Amino acid sequence: MVPTNYYLVLSAILFGLGVFAFIFKRNVITIFMSIELMLNAVNLAFVAFSQALGKLDGQVFVLFVIVVAAAEAAVGLGIIILIARNRQTLNVERVDLLKL
Amino acid sequence: MTAPLAVFFVLAGLAVIGAVSLILQKHPIHSALSLIVVMVALAGLYLLLGAEFVAAVQIIVYGGAIMVLFVFVIMLLNAGVEEHTSISKMAGAPGLLLVVALAGFVAATIARSSDGIQATSQTGEMSSTLGISNMIFKEFVYPFELTSFLILVAVLGASVLAQREKS
Repeated sequence: MVPTNYYLVLSAILFGLGVFAFIFKRNVITIFMSIELMLNAVNLAFVAFSQALGKLDGQVFVLFVIVVAAAEAAVGLGIIILIARNRQTLNVERVDLLKL
Repeated sequence: MTAPLAVFFVLAGLAVIGAVSLILQKHPIHSALSLIVVMVALAGLYLLLGAEFVAAVQIIVYGGAIMVLFVFVIMLLNAGVEEHTSISKMAGAPGLLLVVALAGFVAATIARSSDGIQATSQTGEMSSTLGISNMIFKEFVYPFELTSFLILVAVLGASVLAQREKS
């Protein structure tokens, strides 16, 4: 039997790595992937709590999170294609139309 | 060390290695493949937690659909190696500091409330797929129907965004 705390600590580590990738990476596709990594970390915490409390609500929430992530991936990748078409780059530092 | 604990550490190590590799890789396609390793390891952890339906959905939707979409877009746009400017290299140090602070805060909170969360051993007692389907189609039926609208709007939005404008 694995203690629930182990899952929560792993979830925190994965979320932190996702935040760091979000800050550090320059490619807009990789930044998008780090958002997916953070969503996955939160899902792990949901399922761990669901098992710890003996209720299935957490697993149902995880299904909703996965649906939202799928919708987000479809729209977000459409936006990325638009960025690449309009600015001929995927580097977020070159997408600076609103910058002074 | 018992067998579940050993399996947990193997899968957790795989997930963390995959996440670190996502950060260290320079090419987006390598980052995408690292993310697939993380997702498969997390599916194994869901199985360990007794959530077999969530594990299957994780493999099919995340490992299958979403990551194929990512890899497809990377190849469609011919994404190359990312370049860092000197300012973005400098941003790594404060970012690392922030992440360590965040992880420390979360770990301290978990450690303080560790006696509140005790894992009750009830996996296998109840079929979780049966319970999930009961909850989705009874208690959560309106949110469930709303998500189908969300998917519909996302499909329409994506196809409008990505269509070629008429010249």
